[in-house]
Amino acid sequence: MTTEAPQFSGAALAEYRAILGRYPERRAALLPTLWLAQREFGWLSPPVLEYVAQLMELPLAWVTATASFYTMYWKQPPGRWHLQVCRTLPCALRGAEGIRAAVEERLGIRSGEKTADGRFSLEEVECLASCDTAPVLQVNNTEYHESLTVERTLALIDRLAST
Amino acid sequence: MAERLLLRCRDIPDLRRLDVYVAHGGYEATRKALTTCSPEQLVGIVKTSNLRGRGGAGFPTGLKWSFLPKQTAKPVYLAVNADESEPGTFKDRLIIEQDPHQLLEGIIISAYAIRCHTAYIYIRGEFALGAERFEAAIAEARQAGFLGKNVLGTGFDLDVWVHRGAGAYICGEETGLIESLEGKRGYPRIKPPFPATHGLFGCPTIVNNVETLACVPHIVLRGADWFRAIGPEKSPGPKLFCVSGHVVRPGTYELPMGTPLREIIYDHAGGIPGDRKLKGVIPGGASMPVFTADEIDVPMDMDSVQKAGSFLGSAGIMVMDETVCMVWTALVIARFFHHESCGQCTPCREGTGWLEKVLRRLEYGEGTATAADVDLLLNIAGNMMGTTICALSDAAAMPARAFVTKYRAEFEEHAALGRCPFRPIAEPSRRHAHA
Ligand SMILES: Cc1cc2nc3c(=O)[nH]c(=O)nc-3n(C[C@H](O)[C@H](O)[C@H](O)COP(=O)(O)O)c2cc1C
Ligand code: SF4
Ligand code: FES
Repeated sequence: MTTEAPQFSGAALAEYRAILGRYPERRAALLPTLWLAQREFGWLSPPVLEYVAQLMELPLAWVTATASFYTMYWKQPPGRWHLQVCRTLPCALRGAEGIRAAVEERLGIRSGEKTADGRFSLEEVECLASCDTAPVLQVNNTEYHESLTVERTLALIDRLAST
Repeated sequence: MAERLLLRCRDIPDLRRLDVYVAHGGYEATRKALTTCSPEQLVGIVKTSNLRGRGGAGFPTGLKWSFLPKQTAKPVYLAVNADESEPGTFKDRLIIEQDPHQLLEGIIISAYAIRCHTAYIYIRGEFALGAERFEAAIAEARQAGFLGKNVLGTGFDLDVWVHRGAGAYICGEETGLIESLEGKRGYPRIKPPFPATHGLFGCPTIVNNVETLACVPHIVLRGADWFRAIGPEKSPGPKLFCVSGHVVRPGTYELPMGTPLREIIYDHAGGIPGDRKLKGVIPGGASMPVFTADEIDVPMDMDSVQKAGSFLGSAGIMVMDETVCMVWTALVIARFFHHESCGQCTPCREGTGWLEKVLRRLEYGEGTATAADVDLLLNIAGNMMGTTICALSDAAAMPARAFVTKYRAEFEEHAALGRCPFRPIAEPSRRHAHA
């Protein structure tokens, strides 16, 4: 995080204006704008939320209430690699508890924590709609890693650690 | 095996590309609907087909569309439900990622039928790839004149926008979805009024599931009678069944509505690994009551599953073999609902928490549970039903009650032993209090 007030890049501002055009009410653009802000600034810090409120001319309380409701908006800075291990029934039936335990052991952190060097953070999430390839984890809200075993999970961590 | 329609992507490589899709008859349904049918005729065709919603509730689609006000100065919106968060369900993701134009055709035809000019597809935030692919499909279709102003020269205008969720199961509930589209927390609204009269931005709105809309082009091309003749007449059509858990071949299977559950598990999904015995099956996503091994000779259509005491729901079939502890299973499900309750209603907010707490005590409590906890679960579940804003509370209570009543001896054994008989050790290397 820089110490200056956050500010969208020109490209992000253009994207923001395009988003506004999709909705008859400005407030409806809040979710996509928060996504944009998270992409631009990495996470939704209080100054970022203030910036979004000011940009969208919405009360800060509305922006904060929405941002805090959704788990994929990060209100704390995640690790460089944020591991989201699914824990719901189909994954649990196929070894998700063992995957989580292996990640915790390898990284020395528990679910909800971040490594001291800031490289990794771990979160347990609910069904990722990939139960046919359980167990599953997602990295940084995007990439799916499917049909995991403990070995494959540890290999993934090694690979991420070196990038 | 019968012809696949919803899953043509399994047979045609690169079907997600517009050129490939068009080369295989793509957008003929759109052309036929927009150039030869009036909106009223299309609503009639969908009604006659007996198509029922694939999102979980099974409501007749044509009937829902006919609830829109006949005369209105307000715009009509279509909100496509691609939140797909019901545990055990992964069919909509497949359509969005592999065959987005099939869905887009369904959206265009349905929008035309309900006189809608702006449709939003609410895609759960985790589907980053799906959102990207769907945006690409929209851009291709717009370029080709299937979207935007004056679609196919018919004078019909339609914009379709992707709206991404950001992690919240409750946004799959149709009014939670609408709130979320409006930029708010996904708090479900009290109904009535229903979205058909007061929905998105206070305007008439239809919310339909991805798979529901994907059926529409096929109905237009092949006719309502063709659709109604597949499976039971009151709950017909091709259907996507998602099979997960302890089966040899987990996956999505397109089969006629009414295919027996036993056949799906043992023939299509290959049965249970290691020839272990079946212990239980959840037939319709985590919200639905479990079937025991003796209850699987049920045709998988909406009315038959309901008659057998559960619901087809999202058709997420989760299979448990004999090694699975049913108290643990109930706990994993209760934890999900506790995590996802939006907290507006006291019975739901408190009840989901209590269910999880008591189940955890039975499973991991090391002697702290008592025999009374088994009835306490039934008591809590009973107080959660029928009194809340949305159906999540019932969806948490119903399965909990079914686990306790159908596997009661196992629950009592946990209480008597003071531990889980299936796993003598404590929660595996779990070093913190919340699971
Ligand atoms: C708690 C809850 C979660 C739901 N989640 C979904 C979902 O993820 N996807 C979906 O299509 N419908 C979901 N539904 C059902 C919707 O409210 C709605 O009935 C459905 O989208 C209507 O579309 P259909 O008639 O085409 O099935 C959910 C309902 C509840 C009560
Ligand atoms: S029943 Fe539960 S999820 Fe539904 S509105 Fe009430 S508190 Fe929220
Ligand atoms: S339970 Fe993990 S993806 Fe569905």
